[in-house]
Amino acid sequence: METGRTTRIVLYAYGVLAICFLYLPLVSVGFASVSQARYLSFPIRRYTIEWYGEALDSHTVSSLLTTSFTIAVIVTVISLVVGFFGALAFARYQWRYRNLFQKFILLPIFFPQAVLGLALLIWFNSVGIIPSWKTAIVAHLVWISPITTLIIAIRAYAFDASLEEAARDMGASTWTVLKEVTFPLLLPGVVAAGLFAFLLSWGNFPLSLFTTGVDSTLPEWLYAKMVSGYSPLVPTLGMLSVLASLAILFAAFLVLILAKSFKQARGTE
Amino acid sequence: MEGLDRKLGVFSALPIFIVLAITFLAPLFVVAAFSIMPAKVFSLANVPDFSAYATFLQQGYWKSLAWSLGMAFASTLLLFIVCWPLAYGMAKVFGKFTLVVTIAVVVSLFVSENIRLFGWVLTLMKGGLIAGYLEAWFGVEMESPLYTVPIIVFGLVYVYFPFMLFPLAQGIAMVPDDARQAAADLGASRWRILWEIDLPLAAPGIVVGSLLSFVLAAGALAESKLLGGQAVIVFADEIETAFTYGQNWPLGSALSMVLILIVGSLAIVGVSKIDLDAIMGRKR
Repeated sequence: METGRTTRIVLYAYGVLAICFLYLPLVSVGFASVSQARYLSFPIRRYTIEWYGEALDSHTVSSLLTTSFTIAVIVTVISLVVGFFGALAFARYQWRYRNLFQKFILLPIFFPQAVLGLALLIWFNSVGIIPSWKTAIVAHLVWISPITTLIIAIRAYAFDASLEEAARDMGASTWTVLKEVTFPLLLPGVVAAGLFAFLLSWGNFPLSLFTTGVDSTLPEWLYAKMVSGYSPLVPTLGMLSVLASLAILFAAFLVLILAKSFKQARGTE
Repeated sequence: MEGLDRKLGVFSALPIFIVLAITFLAPLFVVAAFSIMPAKVFSLANVPDFSAYATFLQQGYWKSLAWSLGMAFASTLLLFIVCWPLAYGMAKVFGKFTLVVTIAVVVSLFVSENIRLFGWVLTLMKGGLIAGYLEAWFGVEMESPLYTVPIIVFGLVYVYFPFMLFPLAQGIAMVPDDARQAAADLGASRWRILWEIDLPLAAPGIVVGSLLSFVLAAGALAESKLLGGQAVIVFADEIETAFTYGQNWPLGSALSMVLILIVGSLAIVGVSKIDLDAIMGRKR
């Protein structure tokens, strides 16, 4: 059924508006981060980038960045490994409890993260583990490993199982099949999942809130400052966190494009 | 091949199953166990009683539960109305623009929700982006809408927008164009098509999106703390207080269990409605 011209225009306008709306708060944060005044009020009269200098010089900030980064890297590695195999169990292999397994993987995504964080805190305490940035890794995995599994599974659904069978018929062992056929075929999914895992862990707030003990991640530190009163460092660090995510996204796209052109160049040789 | 498949399936499911057993099942189990312990103990080696649940009923905690569930319901309803046209556009009209919307929405998810909510505080506060420029350019003074109940609902709608949008778009994509065309040919009005074709056929997406937004909003904390000030104490806030300032783990656990039971049963309904093989495109 053809949608009328007016309806189409209205829908497109609505889409653009929704995107603007989604990013409006970040515009405010961006402005606030370059305002010179210690007490923010719009319109901004004097602009400065001194807060960025101060933030980057600060010892607290560099330790926050290190903590967040370390957690995100370890979470990415673990969630990719379990997600890779999980995706095969999810989409590729026909086994008895596959359906149940699929639903089980989805369940943590349907749970409020703050409540999960508190439950994890009690669980750590009751077995005598003192929460630190290491326990935050465990906490992030509850939400991020199902997501990597799902993303890699999308790829695993699309792939042709007969390729694996052919390799096996020619005498390849299960391990060789995995290494030489399955992994390369799923690689794009693994890269996308890794990107998601890193960025979602980097920006995660509700799971970190209760599970980092005396350590603090960047979003968590920002939250503590937000509820205790305004500091010009809050929008600045918020912006830095966003810019770091954007830089990683951009780098990933660049690598993707380079890899593609490299492949094409090899193909034409 | 069948036997091998079966074995490999179990083996590859094992790592993530172990991870989720440690990070998901074990904490839920511990919370359930603590919830039946007597007040203010820190070990599970006590004679169980159900006093924490009695406290939940007697001390008015149900009020914050009602607030949380009420606001979650309101935000889910609003999300459905707000997301429907956009989801429809994404599924049926936009073509390439769908990719743009998808990327824009997904990228926004990579920014911590507290930074985005803080951005709304800066946008809406007295002397904030909107009020400040309105006054500077037009001389109009605006009351700040912050620290009220509606603004918390607004925050929930904002944060959980993607969780309604994507399932809804998926649901609408499953409505066959032929059915809509046939209804239109037979003279059905636009509203009738919406009511009798689109809504019922997109139902799986609607159910999943609604359950997901409701469940996440019911346990939300940051929206009420950052945007709502002290306008209302949400249930997740009570749980946090019981665990931290109150140092009463059994009470915190009992409160968590109440929420977990509500959320968990809805989640199980939601999850069982999703046919993953169909959505994610199995081709065999």
